[in-house]
Amino acid sequence: MSALDFEGLNVWFGEGRDRVNAVQGASFKVASGESFGLVGESGSGKSTILRALTGLAPHWSGKIRVMDRELDRGKGRDRAFYKSVQMVFQDPYASLHPRQSVDQVLSEVLYLHGFRDIEARIERLLDDVGLGSAFRFRYPHQLSGGQRQRVAIARALAPEPSILLLDEPTSALDVSVQAEILNLLCDLRAEHGLTFLMVSHDLVVVAHMCEHIVVMQQGRIVEEMSVSDMRAMRVTHPYSQSLLEASLGYRRAQL
Amino acid sequence: MNEAHHGLRGWLLSDAPQSRLQARAAALYLGWLAFRANPLAMLGLAILVLLFAVAVFAPWLAPHDPFAQDLANRLQPIGTEGHLLGTDSLGRDILSRLIHGARITLYIVGLVALIAPLAGLLVGTVSGYAGGWIDMILMRITDIFLAFPRLVLALAFVAALGAGIENAILAISLTAWPPYARIARAETLTIRKSDYISAIRLQGAGPLRIITRQIWPLCISSLIVRVTLDMAGIILAAAGLGFLGLGAQPPSPEWGAMISEGRRFILDHWWVATMPGLAIFTVSLAFNLLGDGLRDVLDPKSEK
Repeated sequence: MSALDFEGLNVWFGEGRDRVNAVQGASFKVASGESFGLVGESGSGKSTILRALTGLAPHWSGKIRVMDRELDRGKGRDRAFYKSVQMVFQDPYASLHPRQSVDQVLSEVLYLHGFRDIEARIERLLDDVGLGSAFRFRYPHQLSGGQRQRVAIARALAPEPSILLLDEPTSALDVSVQAEILNLLCDLRAEHGLTFLMVSHDLVVVAHMCEHIVVMQQGRIVEEMSVSDMRAMRVTHPYSQSLLEASLGYRRAQL
Repeated sequence: MNEAHHGLRGWLLSDAPQSRLQARAAALYLGWLAFRANPLAMLGLAILVLLFAVAVFAPWLAPHDPFAQDLANRLQPIGTEGHLLGTDSLGRDILSRLIHGARITLYIVGLVALIAPLAGLLVGTVSGYAGGWIDMILMRITDIFLAFPRLVLALAFVAALGAGIENAILAISLTAWPPYARIARAETLTIRKSDYISAIRLQGAGPLRIITRQIWPLCISSLIVRVTLDMAGIILAAAGLGFLGLGAQPPSPEWGAMISEGRRFILDHWWVATMPGLAIFTVSLAFNLLGDGLRDVLDPKSEK
C-alpha cells in the first residue's frame, strides 16, 4: 500500500495572464513507512507539492491519494486527513504563535483532535521530542531555534499522524542543531512507524534521511532514484548529475 | 539561583515556569517592569488611579451636594471660604461638581472603550481573514463611516436618538469604531498568511476558532494602545457634545456641560469654565501618557 500517491499533479498560482505553473505533471508514490525525499533548488516546486497536499495551495489538478483515499479537489480536508497527515514547517521562528506558550499550543491541538487526557499527552509529547516538562510553560521567545523546532515537531506529532511532511525542517537552523533535529526525526520515525515526505535542497540531509529521492527542476520531476543509486552516482539526467557533483565538491572543499 | 532571585520576585522571573499561572504572572510582571521604567506613563497611571478613586468615593469626598443651589453665593471666586474652587452661576460648589463629574467621565470613557474597539475588532478581523466579497462589503461600510466628520456624525445620531448621556455614548461609539476596524484588518492581513496560522489550520481549526484564539490576541495589544491614545479624543467628543447641549443634560455635572454653562461668564468669572476645562485637560493628558507607555510594552513591533 502506498501512503501517498501523486498522479499528474499540476499546481498553479493566479489566473489568466498572472498564472504561474509551480508544479507540472508530477507523479510519484511514497510507500507506507518509507522516507521519501524531494530535492531541487528553490522555486522548483517541491514545497508547493506539500502545500497542495495539505490544502494550503488551493489550485491544483490531477490526483492525490492518501492511504488509497482520493482527495476531493473542491472541498477542504476533513478531520480524518488532519489526523493522519501533519507537517513541520521550515522556519521555527515563524511557525509558533508569538503569544502562546508551549503548553497552550499543544493543549489547543490536542483539544482540537478530541483527546481527553491532555495533561498526560503534553508530558509525553515533550518527552518524545527531548524537551522535558521544564519547557512546558515557556513562550517561543524563551526558546532557541532548535527548541522551537522540537516544539513544532511535537505539535505535528500530537494527533498521532502516520504521515509527516517535512518542509526543509533544518534549513533555518545552525549546522550543529541540524544534526540533532535530523537524528530526532529518525528516532521518531522508527519509534512511531511514520512515513516521511521530506523537502530539502540539501542532498547530504536527504541522503542521511531518505530511501527514495525525486529530483525536481522548474516544476517538473526530472529523475527518481534510490539513495543507493545516488551514492553510487548512478544518475542519468544531467541536472541531477550536476546537483550531485555540486554537493560532492562542497564536501571535498570542506575537508 | 542567586540571592536576588528568591521569593516572589524569583518565582516571577524564573526561566522555567512550573504552571500556567506562573507563566501568565511572569509575562504580566515583565510587562509591568517595562512599564514602570517609563516615569511619564507612571504619572499618567497615577492620575487615572486617582480619578478612579475620586469617582468611587465621590459622595464622601465632595464637600457639598453638587446640585445644591445657593443663589446668594453665586459666582464666588477661587478660595472662597467653604468653596475651594468657587461657585458657578447657580451658587453650586464647583469642586463638588467636578468630583461627581469624574463618575460621568469614567462612565462615558469606559463604555465607549468597551463598545468601539470590540466592534472594530470584530469587523476588522472577519474582514481581513475572510477576504473576498465579505472584505469588500465590510470595508466599504467602514469607508462610509470614515468619510463623515466625527462630531457631525455624532451630532446627527444624537439628534436622531434624542439628547442624553447614553445616546451620546452610543453616538461616539458608532463614530469611533472604523479606525479600529482598519487597524485590526491590517494586522490580520499580515498574520493570516503566517506559518503558525497554516499550522493550526492543518490541525483542523475552523475560521471562527482561528480568528478568536489566534488572531485576536495579536490584534488586541495594538488596539489597547490605540484606545488609550484615543481616550482623550473620546473625552473631548463627550465634552463637545455636552458643550453643544446634546450630551449630558443640566443639571448633570458633566465637565463639558459645565464649560458650556460657564461660557457666559468667561470674561468676568473665568474659573467657572476653566476648572472643568483643566479637569478634562488633565485626564486627557493622563490617558495619552498611559497610552504611550503601554505602546512601549504591548506593541509587538517595538519589542527588543
